[in-house]
Amino acid sequence: MNMRFDAAVIGAGVMGCATALFLARGGMRVVLLDRGEICREASGVNAGTLTMQMTRAALIPYALRAHEMWMNMPAWCAGGDVLATACPGLSVAFTDAEAAMLEERARIRREAGAPIELIDGRAAQAIEPGLADGVKLAGHCPIDGFASAYLTGRAFRAALQEAGVTLMEATPVRGIDGRFMLDTSAGAVAAQRVVLAGGVWLQDMAAWLGVTLPIKVLINQLVVTERMPPVMRTVLGVASGLLSLKQYANGTVLIGGGWQGIGDRARGGVAVRSENFLGNVRLAAHTVPALRQARVVRSWLGLEAETADALPAIGPIPGIDDAWIIGSVHSGYTSGPYMGRILAQAILGDAPELPLFPIDRLLHQRSNSA
Amino acid sequence: MIFDVAVLGGGPAGMAAAAEAARGGARVVLLEESPAPGGQVYRAPPAGFEMKPDRDRQEGDALRAALAASGADIRTGCRVWGLGGGPLVPEGQFDAPFSLSALSADGAPFTVQSRALILCCGTHERIIPFPGWTLPGVIGLAAATILLKAQGILPGQRVVVAGAGPLLYAVAAKILAGGGSVAALIDAATPGEWLRALPALSARPDLLAQGMAWRAKLLAARVPVLTGAQVTAAEGNKVLSHVRVAHRVFEADALCIGHGLVPATEASRTYRARHVHRPEDGGWVPVLDTAQRTSVPFLYAAGDGAGVRGAAAAPAAGRLAARTALHDLGFSLAYASEEDAALKRARRTGAAMARMMTLRPAMVAAIPAETIICRCEGVTRSEIEKAAAAGANTINQLKHFTRCGMGPCQGRMCGEAAGALLAAARGVDVAELGFATGRIPLRPVPMASILGDFDYADIPVPAPAPI
Repeated sequence: MNMRFDAAVIGAGVMGCATALFLARGGMRVVLLDRGEICREASGVNAGTLTMQMTRAALIPYALRAHEMWMNMPAWCAGGDVLATACPGLSVAFTDAEAAMLEERARIRREAGAPIELIDGRAAQAIEPGLADGVKLAGHCPIDGFASAYLTGRAFRAALQEAGVTLMEATPVRGIDGRFMLDTSAGAVAAQRVVLAGGVWLQDMAAWLGVTLPIKVLINQLVVTERMPPVMRTVLGVASGLLSLKQYANGTVLIGGGWQGIGDRARGGVAVRSENFLGNVRLAAHTVPALRQARVVRSWLGLEAETADALPAIGPIPGIDDAWIIGSVHSGYTSGPYMGRILAQAILGDAPELPLFPIDRLLHQRSNSA
Repeated sequence: MIFDVAVLGGGPAGMAAAAEAARGGARVVLLEESPAPGGQVYRAPPAGFEMKPDRDRQEGDALRAALAASGADIRTGCRVWGLGGGPLVPEGQFDAPFSLSALSADGAPFTVQSRALILCCGTHERIIPFPGWTLPGVIGLAAATILLKAQGILPGQRVVVAGAGPLLYAVAAKILAGGGSVAALIDAATPGEWLRALPALSARPDLLAQGMAWRAKLLAARVPVLTGAQVTAAEGNKVLSHVRVAHRVFEADALCIGHGLVPATEASRTYRARHVHRPEDGGWVPVLDTAQRTSVPFLYAAGDGAGVRGAAAAPAAGRLAARTALHDLGFSLAYASEEDAALKRARRTGAAMARMMTLRPAMVAAIPAETIICRCEGVTRSEIEKAAAAGANTINQLKHFTRCGMGPCQGRMCGEAAGALLAAARGVDVAELGFATGRIPLRPVPMASILGDFDYADIPVPAPAPI
């Protein structure tokens, strides 16, 4: 098989899918490759939280625009849907230390554009009757919500097809020669431009181009309950950000927050740590006491990528014309589709609506001898 | 304390493995879900409940007595939900002791650690869906044996027994013995299949004689026996009243139905052991060497959970696993293995029965389009086929497309049929679909019982992400 494309996007997660989709709509012939199936890694298994209160301040403007995209997904994604649901978000503090942390973080996020107001426990319980007593302070953000992340691949697939993107699943790329010949399990694939969108595997992908880009791997644990009667109606978190809690329309409650399991780049998610599983569900049950009545039915792992400064890697790859990168976005699912859209704008030669996050800063060791 | 050997599951394989390991001088713990060891075939009645002992009871009692005398730490009535240790360690670290998180019979959480782990987790039942299979009154053959064996409870007054394998005849005979009536026995196997199995069955004349006795009972009671047949629908207004078999209709208040046994591989999948799909063994099974070792160091499997071979073959396999574990742990064994020939004979008979219980593709092909496959999430055959057409290529992807297997049964009830349907729709072998990733909890766990007493301040909340 020998094919020639305007752009090859490697990695079919939410950012790869969005980038490929908007490139194709911009008139390019696009191939989207994944070693596995579309949105079956982090993009399909994350907590689906569309919140501002766990998003890094620098990313708030992006997350706000992405939130709007998620809520209107069928309109721009050929009917594709992740059942995005808008609801208020609460980030609560049970201790003085958490209250102090919340005050500071809410202020910084508010300055970045997130409409977060601080309220007391009673007011928080009026918004979320399922919330436990003993809340000292809560951050309330009317722009919040959640999606069913497992539907993401299904949602993008039809739009990609309609836009004419060639989707090559179960097709590992083994390397890149010249500009640009992709060595894949299905033969050589030639493309004018290449976009690396490989999540935690970006480090290996960058190495194909001779670029050293260290990417840290987080192994986030998630837990879900059986269907149960309504116990909550908001997206709930704690000030530290180590709890995310929501109840889906089908009655299941998803418990996340980034508690760490065992895994790595090479082996993927290896195991859920029982002690962290327990810590996570204790935090959940403390926050929404009715969860004590739930049965936990499943847990799983998702791999999240993080750069040295925990800010995204989105932009051109320095020194290699027509090579681009996208990923390592903290709370990346929330901001994902918008990040894909602005990268596609840049690749198509337009000015992106908001600035990208060029990776030059991550490639050179700066001396900090002040 | 770290045990030398932990045995997960107290059926015939697990009882024998634990007793053998303890006999060899190891510190052994056995974890079992039921109130007493025994497993499905050698199930013991609850304490204080008197039942006429049958042949299975006697064999079970012998295994129980040997286990009790062995010095193994026997923990019954406990629910194991968390698995860790072994190969489940961060990159670059040495394997850790195996670690099992469980709830005791009174609901108290505890953790057990061991240097070696023997999985004797048995099977769950395969039921190929048909219209009406979710009606009250329709139960599994295995469920019927629990009712009958543990407390002599009849599943109904007038019962249709249907499906495949020797369990059919055992259940029907027990219902008759208990004073119930059997409206019909519907055997998916043809007389030809039974004939072809005869040579293998004769390797264990005792089991063959038992089977003949069951059949004689049915004959004497003039129970209609339909062979090469299958239930086409269970019907009734809110509860079962009729069972349809092609053009024949049987009045019944219970239908006991099962189409074979599927090895329970949740634990070996969670430990990331290598698995292979072998329909004649019941489906996905861990890859074992000739001494019951899985691909994971110090992790062993025995009994039907490692490939369906029946209760008669299980104790010998359990003992072999125990001796291998002790050998690998550095114990010197003063005695040689003595029952390889018996194990071989029992395995031959078991294999013939397992073949009879292999998933029948024709039965899956006959499922009507709107029949529910995943009863937890209400997913029908046509929805599975639609997902296949829309790009769901693997079992894990099918979950994402349809929620099939995401309910409280964790995919146990629907997994086999869903896999066969997806494979057929895609025109590939079921082995190509892969299997659902193994993750804790091993069973759904009530949150209240694992939470325990805790102070908010004691929850080890990790450091927050940067703002």
